[in-house]
Amino acid sequence: MKYLLPLLLFIALSVFLAIGLKLNPRDIPSPLLDKPAPAFNLPILATPSQSLSQADLKGKVWLLNVWASWCVSCREEHPLLIELAKQNRVMLVGLNYKDELQAANLWLSKQGNPYNVSVMDSDGRTGIDYGVYGVPETFVIDKRGVIRYKHTGPVQAGDLEKIFLPMIEQLQAESA
Amino acid sequence: MNYLYILILSLWVFQAKAEIEYRDFKQPDQEQTYQTLISELRCLVCQNQTIADSNADLAKDLRRQVYEMLQQGKSRQDIVDFMTERYGDFVMYKPALKLKTYLLWLGPVVFLLIGLATVWVLRSKTSAGEQQLTKEQQAKLNRILDKGDDA
Repeated sequence: MKYLLPLLLFIALSVFLAIGLKLNPRDIPSPLLDKPAPAFNLPILATPSQSLSQADLKGKVWLLNVWASWCVSCREEHPLLIELAKQNRVMLVGLNYKDELQAANLWLSKQGNPYNVSVMDSDGRTGIDYGVYGVPETFVIDKRGVIRYKHTGPVQAGDLEKIFLPMIEQLQAESA
Repeated sequence: MNYLYILILSLWVFQAKAEIEYRDFKQPDQEQTYQTLISELRCLVCQNQTIADSNADLAKDLRRQVYEMLQQGKSRQDIVDFMTERYGDFVMYKPALKLKTYLLWLGPVVFLLIGLATVWVLRSKTSAGEQQLTKEQQAKLNRILDKGDDA
């Protein structure tokens, strides 16, 4: 009986520490969730004389995938993005983050281009507006232009089926 | 021979110096605000460094952002709001005191109070236990007090 209280305290502490170990310190909750997607108006990678703004995408469900040719873990998720593009269920917009025009185009021609369109954020200012800190990052944006989900780091095998596809389906069913 | 080593090692010093950024401020208090702000903002790539300490690309961009906003005449609070709107409270090394962060700020005080309460309870228990004498002990004590040790 005398040892019961310390034992319970010890168990409680262990549980908290075990939970702490499992948390991912890179997973910082984004304050942008359920807020309108920050405005941008950036040159298109394929045709730099033209530009694209987030307002052009109103009425569509779209993914914003932040990528760069220098980003190693972008290679990891790339096959999954190509798979997603094949299914043709959602508009995939690339934010080419702090990259160079030639390097970015070369990367796409080598690895394959899953994006409907990529825009160039050469100086990283749009990245700051979207709170980007670890490339790759993926945002899901609904028909009203509101950010509904943010994924930090590479999209892993299984994430498409478990998270992205159900969410896209749900958002496609919503009215604009 | 040692001098040769020192000479070779000192060549690296120039490389280290090349990283220092030069910022031009119109007013000295702006520079003060800049220095305080960049040492209070967290670099999210290398989470245990401030953007002042970090050489990560993002830290450089955020320093540029802070500098530009100060040049535009934005206040300290404007910049803090700008950063937390995008990166959340985590970007501040010293999080704001609000409902979500009460536990963070008040936790240590709560633990101190629990500790003091425990000490107080334990102490009053033991001293209470020592004061209890049986009837025989009390009688013996009284005899000793009356007559001295021989009783």
